[in-house]
Amino acid sequence: MKNERSKKINKNILNNVITIGIIIIFYAICQIMIQTGSMSNLMKGLLVNLCYYSILAVSLNLTVGILGELSLGHAGFMCVGAFTGAIFTQCTVDIIPNTFIRFTLALLIGALFAALFGMLIGVAVLRLRGDYLAIVTLAFGEIIKNFINVLYIGLDGKGLHISIINTSLNLQDGGKVILKGAQGISGTPQNTTFTIAVILLIIIYMIIVNLIKSRSGRAIMAIRDNRIAAESVGIDITRFKLLAFSISAGMAGIAGVLYSHNISSLTASPKTFGYNQSIMILVFVVLGGIGNIRGSIIAAVVLTLLPEYLRFLQDYRMLIYAIVLIVMMIFNWNPACIEWRKRHQIKNLFNQFSKKKEA
Amino acid sequence: MAMLSVSNLGISFGGLRAVDSFNIEIEKGELYGLIGPNGAGKTTAFNLLTGVYKPDTGRVLLDGVNITGLSTIGINKAGIARTFQNIRLFKNLSVLDNVKAGLHNNYKYSTLSGILRLPSFFKTERLMNEKAMDILKVFDLDQEANRLASNLPYGKQRKLEIARALATNPKLLLLDEPAAGMNPAETVELMETITLVRKKYDVTILLIEHDMKLVAGICEKIFVLNFGTELANGLPSEVLNNPEVIKAYLGA
Repeated sequence: MKNERSKKINKNILNNVITIGIIIIFYAICQIMIQTGSMSNLMKGLLVNLCYYSILAVSLNLTVGILGELSLGHAGFMCVGAFTGAIFTQCTVDIIPNTFIRFTLALLIGALFAALFGMLIGVAVLRLRGDYLAIVTLAFGEIIKNFINVLYIGLDGKGLHISIINTSLNLQDGGKVILKGAQGISGTPQNTTFTIAVILLIIIYMIIVNLIKSRSGRAIMAIRDNRIAAESVGIDITRFKLLAFSISAGMAGIAGVLYSHNISSLTASPKTFGYNQSIMILVFVVLGGIGNIRGSIIAAVVLTLLPEYLRFLQDYRMLIYAIVLIVMMIFNWNPACIEWRKRHQIKNLFNQFSKKKEA
Repeated sequence: MAMLSVSNLGISFGGLRAVDSFNIEIEKGELYGLIGPNGAGKTTAFNLLTGVYKPDTGRVLLDGVNITGLSTIGINKAGIARTFQNIRLFKNLSVLDNVKAGLHNNYKYSTLSGILRLPSFFKTERLMNEKAMDILKVFDLDQEANRLASNLPYGKQRKLEIARALATNPKLLLLDEPAAGMNPAETVELMETITLVRKKYDVTILLIEHDMKLVAGICEKIFVLNFGTELANGLPSEVLNNPEVIKAYLGA
């Protein structure tokens, strides 16, 4: 019996090692390709995107798969992280010359603000169930995007000036406008590198996996499986729902900071932070398998690369993309396909390896 | 002083008085049976005791402490655990994790030490595993520890629910039809388990049951509920021979 249990723990560790191994191998291949110059510029530009989309998918999976609540405002939390992170960097670019410290702080601030917004939304709506949470988060995503589009923030000797009416902000001499409403923030130092993004992805993966396999994770999943029974064994429903929801939002915030420090001009456009983006992240989660963290990463990578490689189809691109999505959805959960995947798992390779050693 | 002392408990749903002036005194260590026809208000009485519904009238004292109107969570922390008539397991968790979810408030470490895998995580998880396996062994479920709860056969799911409730370390255990859907052999086994659990964990039990063999076999006292009010209350020999009870529930 004890043996069986230790086997199970080993299985969990093995799973994590495999996932992190895949990420590191992928990273190594990309680095080699960059060094040898065999990577196209298109692909180079996508590398960071792959990481922050993966982070978004993994963090949304915490809400959808582990907590069991539908959130349609994940891009909104990313938006909060992106703008707070960028504003912080703009404000402190002269004060903190060390890029590493400044960027780390920006990441923390972005995560913190996104988590704070997650908590505020959560307090208000986590008492609601099912569709209602989806509707409210959807509204939040749209509101935050439109709000930032009319927001002006400037910095001068006296400190931060924030306004949504007075676009001149009455800045002193030498002050600069950081956020110009719909024109957004431009000139943020591009501190995000592929390496940093991959490291963050691994850290976030570990945080979520460790959370799931702990007392709090068990409580969160108990709430998902049966709310009434969870209450009856004394699990504080609101507290753990909020915990999961704000961690999920905070991680979306980190993805946002990565995004805002990867582009030259950050605007709260519908394309980057709109409803479609939230749905896109949800598609990653659903296709990768609800509750399956590794699947989310794979789905995010595949579905981000796919439209880029379908560009040769020109006008038919999104049409084909949609068809590929449907086909993937059907085949992914086809019993025969699941069977095939089980037979060809990476884990089996490990087993064969150890068997050979024994023989 | 009785361990659980309920006086004049009642609730109405619209014009329906579902439970009315419900009085019961349960001494420590007793095994009490709650019976009555369908719709008599037995489960409603359980829901009142566990805080799922807030009573309109009356009060509930557990070991002299007033727990009337507390939340379900508060009542569980005060020492009342329950099972459900329709099984409510954490279906996608393993059998072991179901019991460990029950241990939630008895073994604590912070979320942060869980995420960072600090020593307190490993220490507490080990203790939790040991305790959970102990409880599972009593219910003969230790071989199934790593199975998903939803994959267990029906009888074992019922047992797992009791195991999970016991994990919260209650003073009083409320069992809502523990033998529902079980065959006679399983019922006998369940009776033995309940008797064993009561001794081993020193827990007081109040159970709802329609299986009269079980009720007559293990209950020390019986309370009969009919149309939300008390019909009879006392020793099994008296209650089960009471003509009113035979007329309303048992049948000739």
